[in-house]
Amino acid sequence: MSSSSNLINALFIFMLAGFIGFEVIRRVSPLLHTPLMSLTNALDAIAVVGAIVLVGEHKSSLSAVLGFIAVVAATSNIVGGFLITDRMLKMFKSSRTAPKP
Amino acid sequence: MTSELAGSQIIIEIVYLIASALFIFSLKWMSSPTTARHGIWAGEVGMLLAIGGTLLRYGIVDYRLIAIALVLGTIIGIPLGRVQMTAVPQRTALSHAFGALCVTLVGSAEFYLRSPDISRFMMSVLSIEVILGGLTVTGSLMAAGKLQEILPQRPLTYKGQNFVNFLLLAVAVAIAVFLVLHPGTRSLFPFMILIALAFGVLLIIPIGGADMPTVISLLNGYAGLSAAAMGFVLDSKLLIIAGALDGSSGLILSIIMSKAMNRSFTNVLFGAFGQVQAAAAAGEEARPVRSATAEEAAAILSAANKVIIVPGYGMAVAQAQHKVRELYDALTKRGVEVRFAIHPVAGRMPGHMNVLLAEADIPYDRLVEMDEINGDFPQTDVALVIGANDVTNPAARTDAASPIYGMPILDVDKAHTVMVIKRSMNPGFAGIDNPLYYLDNNLMLFGDAKAFVGSIVRELSGGHG
Repeated sequence: MSSSSNLINALFIFMLAGFIGFEVIRRVSPLLHTPLMSLTNALDAIAVVGAIVLVGEHKSSLSAVLGFIAVVAATSNIVGGFLITDRMLKMFKSSRTAPKP
Repeated sequence: MTSELAGSQIIIEIVYLIASALFIFSLKWMSSPTTARHGIWAGEVGMLLAIGGTLLRYGIVDYRLIAIALVLGTIIGIPLGRVQMTAVPQRTALSHAFGALCVTLVGSAEFYLRSPDISRFMMSVLSIEVILGGLTVTGSLMAAGKLQEILPQRPLTYKGQNFVNFLLLAVAVAIAVFLVLHPGTRSLFPFMILIALAFGVLLIIPIGGADMPTVISLLNGYAGLSAAAMGFVLDSKLLIIAGALDGSSGLILSIIMSKAMNRSFTNVLFGAFGQVQAAAAAGEEARPVRSATAEEAAAILSAANKVIIVPGYGMAVAQAQHKVRELYDALTKRGVEVRFAIHPVAGRMPGHMNVLLAEADIPYDRLVEMDEINGDFPQTDVALVIGANDVTNPAARTDAASPIYGMPILDVDKAHTVMVIKRSMNPGFAGIDNPLYYLDNNLMLFGDAKAFVGSIVRELSGGHG
């Protein structure tokens, strides 16, 4: 399937993405740690692409069934994750923009 | 995949490249509440591009089944996106389980499609993918069950627990090694998954509710790493990047949480949490505490210039955040400066208190992190503790015998007056006595957080304008 050079490339990408992740996430305000977690959850559900391929290629009934459940699980994470992150972030208002009591 | 890409494949790869960039921007914009909502936008566009690009792939024949699955997932996802803010920790745990479930199922399907024709490296990554994924599925379900209080929040421990856990993991790894050497042994694969699933259950059982912020972060990291492993298996750079971003996010949060509880990161990684249950029976002798009524508390608060409110899990349980907002309004109207001190592990997940208070429309610039606000307590007239316990326990500073010794705390005891709203004198979740309650400058306000804050507000508005 993959040659060893592909694997080495993949390791480089993993290493670099890990560093970017650390540097970017380190700067996230602690205020937003909960929405950060629900957002990364939604982004992580990008695993849906692998599941879609399994279902779409339909190479065996087993792979199609497992893929189907996987697509459902990941899609619910995408939809639910983005929805709740958006709801949470809408709530964060500074005292300049918050409605006066 | 050959090195010469066909035209449509190049387009798909470019779409994935753009999606990866959008994901990174998405997280970058989370650095501040003013740009954070762009982050969602970027994430959503990236996701749509990636899914669209995947549907274009050569070899996809069954679009109907994909469509059904996408619709079904959306139907399940919408209510999961609409849960109450107090239910966000268990919702998050549940979504870690879903994400890991997807990864584990895809890994299993790939194994059965490819076996026995799997290279050693590929089989190693695939094993990492399904073991990490499997333990995250059941571990997250256990965490969600504890947070939803379907399962007991108290740590369940038994003799030799660590040994059993270690043994299970060792067996799973042994099977993985065997499969790497003999990838044709298909019958062994289900056992590896089953053991990973069992390990996930046993890993979370001994963990108490107060340790949940660390555990949720850690499970987040595991889910990300298993997705990255899946990226190696499928040779998908997009997945590797998304998994690495999620994995590093989870790991950073676990490091922050473990620091905030004075645990080492390795201590957290190897699941040695939940050991704070000792010393439950300490301090049995009746020491005098001073208590006050809502009327007295209201009088003290309205006479103050500077008030710091310290919220904790008890506020979330009592759903008191909206009453707290009314208190904030009433005091602000009287010219009292009110701020909120947020301990990193207050509540059940990272940032839990911030979300609840933001939901109650309290401006986020009033929410101050522990390190920034701790120096201000000596100049503070009143520190009002609502449903927080261990994060205010001065024993963490002074008593080397205390299980939480060394944990950074909010120095509420240094305020001129401390008021603690609490149901009773029962020690908190971790079962540790809190010497704060016996200090001379401390007043106990006994009652339900929501009801008590409500009566303080009534006193404040009922009296003179």
